[in-house]
Amino acid sequence: MRLRLSEEEAAFREEMRTFFTTKIPQETRDAVAAGRHLDKDAYVETMRIMNAAGLAVPNWPVEWGGRDWTPLQRHIWHEELQLACVPPPLAFNANMVGPVIANFGSQELKERFLPPTANLDIWWAQGFSEPNAGSDLASLTTRATRDGDDWIVNGQKTWTTLGQHADWIFCLARTDPAAERKQQGISFLLLPMDSPGVTLRPIELIDGSYEVNEVFFDDVRVPHDLLVGEVNQGWTYAKFLLGNERVGVAPVGATKRSLARLKVVAEDLDRLDDPLVAARFVELENELLALELTALRVVAHSADGKPHPASSVLKLKGTELQQAVSELAVDLAGPLSLASGSETVPEWTSLAAPAYLNLRKASIYGGSNEIQRQIIAGTILGL
Amino acid sequence: MDFTLDEEQQALRDAVRGILKQYDPSVDAERRRQVTATEPGYDEDLWARLAEMGLLGLPFAEADGGMGAGPVEVAVVCEEIGRVLAPEPYVASVVLAGGLVAALSSDEQRTELLGGLASGEHVLAYAEGAVAEPVIQGARADTIVWNVDGEVFVGPRPAGAVAYSTHDGGRAARLELDRSVVAPLGSGGDASAAIALVMAKARLAACHEALGAMDAALRMTTAYLTTRKQFGVTLNRFQALTFRAADLYTALELTRSIVTWATMVAAESDDPSAIVSAAARAKLQTARAGRLIGQEAIQLHGGIGMTAEYAVGHYTSRLTALNHWLGDAADQVRLLSGTLTDHTVLDPLSS
Repeated sequence: MRLRLSEEEAAFREEMRTFFTTKIPQETRDAVAAGRHLDKDAYVETMRIMNAAGLAVPNWPVEWGGRDWTPLQRHIWHEELQLACVPPPLAFNANMVGPVIANFGSQELKERFLPPTANLDIWWAQGFSEPNAGSDLASLTTRATRDGDDWIVNGQKTWTTLGQHADWIFCLARTDPAAERKQQGISFLLLPMDSPGVTLRPIELIDGSYEVNEVFFDDVRVPHDLLVGEVNQGWTYAKFLLGNERVGVAPVGATKRSLARLKVVAEDLDRLDDPLVAARFVELENELLALELTALRVVAHSADGKPHPASSVLKLKGTELQQAVSELAVDLAGPLSLASGSETVPEWTSLAAPAYLNLRKASIYGGSNEIQRQIIAGTILGL
Repeated sequence: MDFTLDEEQQALRDAVRGILKQYDPSVDAERRRQVTATEPGYDEDLWARLAEMGLLGLPFAEADGGMGAGPVEVAVVCEEIGRVLAPEPYVASVVLAGGLVAALSSDEQRTELLGGLASGEHVLAYAEGAVAEPVIQGARADTIVWNVDGEVFVGPRPAGAVAYSTHDGGRAARLELDRSVVAPLGSGGDASAAIALVMAKARLAACHEALGAMDAALRMTTAYLTTRKQFGVTLNRFQALTFRAADLYTALELTRSIVTWATMVAAESDDPSAIVSAAARAKLQTARAGRLIGQEAIQLHGGIGMTAEYAVGHYTSRLTALNHWLGDAADQVRLLSGTLTDHTVLDPLSS
């Protein structure tokens, strides 16, 4: 057993810390720190700065801009990024479609899409969930039928996060309705959002924010060369993608940062003298520490690149703690949390309740926490 | 950064597991109950074998008859003790009472007391206060190490010990300090700083004991869920039960992470205050998980979990004892509340 970082690891951490705290615009980092919604330009600018430094897609194969890092280095990169209030590289690009194309796509697809995906020249949206296929994703009914060299796509996707910014969408569509099992007969398609027949409709969320959308496909024509990998093998690629999604989904650093920010507020208001308030901070800091150490244990034992089954623990607990910190913020704001429309109260109080409401999503997306419990019970405990 | 045991530590774990096998409920369902029903509440032959293996001197310097091992090795032993609920007073006698002797005593006291402890000839107990209760194995111990308001004394067991069994199958006693038979440990005087560090290490050892117990209780519970049938199917067909087992696993793994980390801090840090707060963090998490796993292990078993004949309830009893020994969750929260403004965020890699 050894706790200390090696000299190289410590130097790497310092390098990341320096980069993230000096190269990313302060304005963007301030907005993240305050919990404000970011505009598209802030995401694009940040990811391009990171990509220029070779730090946007370290998880990709080296020839496509990835870094040959150890799992620990990757973890340090991710933690330092969050602690510095840097918006992470767009997940749809960096963690989802990029790795799928890099692993399963043709050489032509790789050359065409990977460089602009890493540089956020293309903003991708995720077309997975449907009105009747949420946790039970394999029940999806969007279909693609062959027409000469093209596929004709019909159906509907939903919960398409930041689809309003998207240039392209990657989606799962049923290409063999006669397949024996519902996981079979699904393919992984890429298509431009401005294709004729694509309609985007915004969904307003309970906090008044606009993050997610419905996407309708009405006889959308997609050339066959935009099908990734093999026909009817889409479920395999989707599972690969979802495994990656789960690993990054425990935002330990970001939650630590939110709690730290709240602690400063509480201290300024002399609220830490209240043992009831102090106890909540202590318990949350401790649980976050335990979570971070669990994440370190998981990265240390997932050298083969496959997600460790314990990554379900990270998703489950990580989102619970993220929600718990947002709960503490509303409680600290107290009655002022109701003044969410006010411009005269401190920003943290007016943002507290909307953020709390918005974060209810965290235990639902990325495989709901019930799905994670099912994975833990089945895969790990053998139940 | 490495969370795994090296080969020697794995060999130690296997050896300890081997010698404690008699208590494993899957090996002998009755043995632990027989031992805890008979005075002195633990197996003195086994204690002698632990001495032969060097385990009773494990954390002490070789010059004092010990093995010169560190917190990680102690952790390995304690986890195996917890796994089978071995009733031998290892943490109380070796880690806590022995730890104080090692930290404070004069050379002469050290040779005599640690030599006797390591060889198994003398059982040590730790007593807090001039009237101390419950002193673990206080009526059996040959030598008592007293902590009276931060000053540490040592002497033979005083007359008039009132002995009894504890709910977890152990033995304890009420002891009154007899100043005429004790001597200061080492140079005497205020030893609060040394006591705090030894207590922190004992707390960590107790956390590892609890980890072993929680791990075993969860395994026992999942095994039961896959075999017990109701309504014509095994219990693992009921999601209401399997989801709760998943939560227990989550609690256990988070606790394992923080306890292992704290032990690495104890092994590597030169800063006693870092070790004291790491141990408090470990104890807090262990107390929370121990309570949850203890309660749920019984509930998921149903009525059988309530019976003395079946092992799982004893795990709950032991976890409850460990929760309240050496400072409970509230004590740790109180301590850590005072450190909240010492840091912006906790950084586990720079402790």
